[in-house]
Amino acid sequence: MMDARTKEKIAFNVLLALTLLVILPVALIVGVILWRGLPAITPEFLFAMPREGMRAGGIFPAIVGTFYLILGVAFFSIPLGVLAAIYLNEYSERNRLTRLIELAIINLAGVPSIVYGLFGLGLFVTFLGFGSSILAGALTLTIEGLPVIITATREALNTVPRSFREVSFSLGASRWQTVRHVVLPNAIPGIMTGAILELSRAAGETAPILFTVAAFYLPRLPQSVYDQAMVLPYHIYVLSTQVPNVSVKVQYGTVLVLVGMVFLLNVLAAWIRARLRKKKTW
Amino acid sequence: MNNIITTDRLDLYYGAFQALINVGLNVEQNKITALIGPSGCGKSTLLRVFNRMNDLIEGVRTTGSVKVGGEEILGPGVDLVSLRKKVGMVFQRPNPFPLTIYENVVYGLRIHGEKDRKVLDQAVEKSLSSVLLFADLKDKLSSNALSLSLEQQQRLCIARLLAVLPEVLLMDEPCSALDPLATMRIEELMLELKKRYTIVIVTHNMQQAARISDECGFMLLGELVEFGPTKRIFTAPKDKRTEDYITGRFG
Repeated sequence: MMDARTKEKIAFNVLLALTLLVILPVALIVGVILWRGLPAITPEFLFAMPREGMRAGGIFPAIVGTFYLILGVAFFSIPLGVLAAIYLNEYSERNRLTRLIELAIINLAGVPSIVYGLFGLGLFVTFLGFGSSILAGALTLTIEGLPVIITATREALNTVPRSFREVSFSLGASRWQTVRHVVLPNAIPGIMTGAILELSRAAGETAPILFTVAAFYLPRLPQSVYDQAMVLPYHIYVLSTQVPNVSVKVQYGTVLVLVGMVFLLNVLAAWIRARLRKKKTW
Repeated sequence: MNNIITTDRLDLYYGAFQALINVGLNVEQNKITALIGPSGCGKSTLLRVFNRMNDLIEGVRTTGSVKVGGEEILGPGVDLVSLRKKVGMVFQRPNPFPLTIYENVVYGLRIHGEKDRKVLDQAVEKSLSSVLLFADLKDKLSSNALSLSLEQQQRLCIARLLAVLPEVLLMDEPCSALDPLATMRIEELMLELKKRYTIVIVTHNMQQAARISDECGFMLLGELVEFGPTKRIFTAPKDKRTEDYITGRFG
């Protein structure tokens, strides 16, 4: 029989080894992408139009398209999500309606992303007649991202001490004045962190944009919100499965650009959160 | 005598729980009225009836009559903004906003639409002077209020309240977060303030009630057991329960 100490040692090492396994896929993904993608990153790759059936040249339109799409998502989802969260957190009483809303939000978060894509196709592209466009894609991604923004905003609002609200009310302020002057200013960094993380997630989504905005190839940049756009996630799919004889370098380079974009957004969010922690003194 | 707050047959329920039972009292102008009693007796709840702060809690129902300056303040049609301007509140823990000292003092004025820099400057000087902070802080009005000591923060909170020109100051255990020296100084301030304002203070510190109040009410399990001049309450209580409490037999 082993004694307890030996068992403890074995248990410790097994658990450690299993935990280290978690790092492995991340390290592999990032390592391989950097190793094979980095040589592709040149000014031309980032800022030129594709050539030779997307086998050479740059991926500029896909970068621009993703950027426009993210801007559109921010434009719709931040105001909508933040205002809904303010209503739920600061205004509504707990009753059947708010419980229904909360249930809807939770369920929205559980819907598979391809379903959003088909929903967007049905509602925005076809029924509302936006066509496959940046507008339709941004609205589809907005709906998918709303639960995240609402939840993040409510968490940020909840970190503002109750006592601030009480004082404000006790000085005769209305609910809106209290939200506007006391609650929101103290919650904004948290809201921004949540919103940026949501945008970075939206930047990498593929299924919802498949039928609502993504274009296989466009010879020019999108001119309006009603235009289709090339976007990075879909472009990666195209390069790796739809176009024959694309060099590995171009494929990995495109992946690296998308991962880098998402990474930068995450760093920005982490930086804001760190600053907020340092500043918070109550 | 001039009664500024009168309650009559006041009942308050949190859902099914009755927190205030048939409370009737008069608060006289320019006096300090203390509410004492053990934790959970309803004294803070009663205080929060006077500026309708209980409205923020869901499921609260109040019946009976409460008049401030002769006007009924229960019921749906009451202008809460003007009520709360008239009846202000100081809380248990000093709770300045994470803003500058200046912005803290003028918060209420800004909310009520005052934009004139001169008026705001004067209000800051006057309010901070009333709480004896102006001399110390006049050169650091733009520093963060949270950098002040707890006592200074509590004074600042009182100044923030005075800036909106209230008539009644409700104080909910205003010294419970302060050390004895700071407590003494805040008590001196209250004695000074009562010349111009009416003060209702909730305290679980009986000595404090005895030291500073003119009138005193003893509450127990939602009932106002006894109410009268502080001297009499502490020397010749009529009710056995009051006597037991102030002599320290329970509480």
